[in-house]
Amino acid sequence: MSEPDLSSSSLTPAEEPTEGSTSRRRMVLNMGPQHPSTHGVLRIILELEGETILNATPDIGYLHTGIEKECEVKTYQQVVPLTDRVDYLANLSNNLGYSLAVEKLLQLEIPPKAQWMRVLLVELTRINSHLVWLGTHAMDIGAMTVFLYCFREREDLLRIFEMFSGQRMMTSYIRVGGLALEPPRGWEQAVGKFIDAFPSKLAEYEDLLTKNPIWMNRTKGVGFLALEDLLDCGVTGPMIRAAGMKWDIRKDEPYSSYDKFDFEIPTREASDVYARYEVRLEEMRQSVRIIRQAMDGMPEGAWVTSAPNVVLPEREKMKTQIEALIYHFKIVTEGFTVPAGEAYVCIESPRGELGYYVVSNGTSKPHRVFMRTPSFANLQALPDMVKGRLIADTIAALGSIDFVLGDVDR
Amino acid sequence: MDFFTLTLIKAGIVAAILLTTLAYLQWAERKLLAHIQLRLGPSRVGPHGLLQPLADVIKLLTKEDLLPAHVNKTLYMIAPFLAIALALIPISVVPFGPEIEVFGVNTHLQLTDLNIGLLFILAISSVGVYSVVLAGWASNNKYALLGSLRSAAQMISYELPLAVALASALLMANTLSLREIADSQAGYYLGFIPRWSVFQLPMPQIISFAVFLIAGFAETNRIPFDLPEAETELVAGFHTEYSSMKFASFFMAEYANIITMTCIATLLFLGGWHPLWPAAYGSSFVPSIVFFSGSAIALYHGLHPARPKDRYSLPAVAIAFLVAGLLFLVPALGGILTPLFWFAAKSGFLLFLFIWVRGTLPRFRYDQLMRFAWTYLFPVAMANLLVTGVLVAVFA
Repeated sequence: MSEPDLSSSSLTPAEEPTEGSTSRRRMVLNMGPQHPSTHGVLRIILELEGETILNATPDIGYLHTGIEKECEVKTYQQVVPLTDRVDYLANLSNNLGYSLAVEKLLQLEIPPKAQWMRVLLVELTRINSHLVWLGTHAMDIGAMTVFLYCFREREDLLRIFEMFSGQRMMTSYIRVGGLALEPPRGWEQAVGKFIDAFPSKLAEYEDLLTKNPIWMNRTKGVGFLALEDLLDCGVTGPMIRAAGMKWDIRKDEPYSSYDKFDFEIPTREASDVYARYEVRLEEMRQSVRIIRQAMDGMPEGAWVTSAPNVVLPEREKMKTQIEALIYHFKIVTEGFTVPAGEAYVCIESPRGELGYYVVSNGTSKPHRVFMRTPSFANLQALPDMVKGRLIADTIAALGSIDFVLGDVDR
Repeated sequence: MDFFTLTLIKAGIVAAILLTTLAYLQWAERKLLAHIQLRLGPSRVGPHGLLQPLADVIKLLTKEDLLPAHVNKTLYMIAPFLAIALALIPISVVPFGPEIEVFGVNTHLQLTDLNIGLLFILAISSVGVYSVVLAGWASNNKYALLGSLRSAAQMISYELPLAVALASALLMANTLSLREIADSQAGYYLGFIPRWSVFQLPMPQIISFAVFLIAGFAETNRIPFDLPEAETELVAGFHTEYSSMKFASFFMAEYANIITMTCIATLLFLGGWHPLWPAAYGSSFVPSIVFFSGSAIALYHGLHPARPKDRYSLPAVAIAFLVAGLLFLVPALGGILTPLFWFAAKSGFLLFLFIWVRGTLPRFRYDQLMRFAWTYLFPVAMANLLVTGVLVAVFA
């Protein structure tokens, strides 16, 4: 044969004659970066023996956008739209994390209405993110219908976000100093309608999955990792709560008035895919509870802080007062300056601990913005989860991690 | 009329109907799944997307037929043809109705009545595994290889419970000819309970019917057993490297297999073309009633249209249904069409089941699938066979 014998090279696996007989039966499978269920452009190098996974190595970086570096050439307020694009399923959580960090540097006092509004929006974001997770996770395991049911509710949520900010996904609605715009007329009805209907929709997903024997077979005992190992990897969020650790920054280090809300932190002990599924479903129910409380007790008052050097003045004042016009000009042309220093703020994003570390050198542009993204840490747990299991379990475990590759690579 | 002409005519009719059913089964599946999943499904090509199958065929025919450089060319070419050929053959022994008289010619609604018809179908469907294995092997692609390995293991494992489930039904019928099997289920207990296998004494075959259906899902690689082509794990499984008509062959073979499977289930367990209750209680009017009510519904919605164009399209549908219903009332045609209606209705219900399950269930894992076959399905089928055997020996 004149051509290189490709048939033997691809079917018989990477030979390593120095090792024993098992290595000759090994096959290296390149799962991704273009693969239906790696949720973006993740590449996993699987070493297989039959269908059993001997080793799994995630290879990241295909979605590296340099967002952290780009933050350094933007003014503080201009960074907010960039944070949308980090975790594109939890935009408002990212907006909030960054805004809180800058506000800490500026030592701004955020009015209660803005804080409660932020809580409400971030919880809606949590539901939104969990819906996408549930839909794609269920579709990976073969339950196609759940995916479309979840996206039906997500559509309602995206409309609510659009109502607030004019954008369905890249909202940039939470800004340094408060909110971007005044909450729109009629938002109470829109959000109220959604949270009234949502629990029954959740029951619908549960009908299809929770007690389904095939679903339980596919998820129970799959993707197990002990709590210590999870903590060693830096895993946070629903994954450690599914391993029995009651750690939620909303409760343990409350930010943005979370201490004024009454909600539970769901935990499970099993630390498998099914436990993570249960925890996330319960979190959606708790989010509905928080949103309802936020709506019922929404304080009156301003939706932005009164810091004229940070927040743009009202249009009316700008036309009548010279100071307001000057502030407007300053903020628009060069942004606001932030006192030199550094601040780290972490919040509970749908995926876990989302931290923003902002270093200021006293100018109007950040010296450094570091994002401690939950997906990156959570993804590290994957190899240990799937070692010795089957390919199908990789898919289930991947889905249960609920990572967003924008969040991993930033 | 001499034998060859007759056979040619019948073969032409069966082939035409089968291929149309194939195409429209895909349309029905997409439409039904879409409605289960709150979507519209195909709606652009023709009214309600009815011309979608045609568009798909044109698309697939005109796609570039890729021959990847790294494949084993001979086997790669053979596999899809093997798949489609082996999937289409079994329909030749399937009877769709009783003996009829058309223009003074007596004939059976069947291409050929092999006296070992059922064995023939089983044999052909076993060979069908080869197409999948060859496709996976010849593609020289790791996903395809894994898919075909899964498929080989799965189809061979599930063939056993499938065959054992068939065997217990055969014990009752005591023949391998599909026509005689269907005829053995004619008649009624107490004048109204049909003597279908699933109801027949001494041992109603409900368990083996369930086992057969489950194994049938696995044999045809459908959810929840669609591991060989689990797209979220193995991209497209054994046909990852196939394009154009070669891909279409696999696709059509899958649907042809589903149709064969439902036909066998209808013949063996649901009494073939024999109606649910005797003609004495008016079962021969059921087709007309079904079509007339369909016509009435279409007319009602045509008079209260949801969309402007419904005002014209739905009354046309109503008239078509009315004509179809009237055809069943013509004495000469009624005798031919009514058995066909019952056969199609039963098979259609089973086909609907295939689609419904796809819209509902997740997918098994490979090892669970094998365990399910060997530790649940096979023992249950065996036990059922034993009990049936004993009961038949005692009472028959």
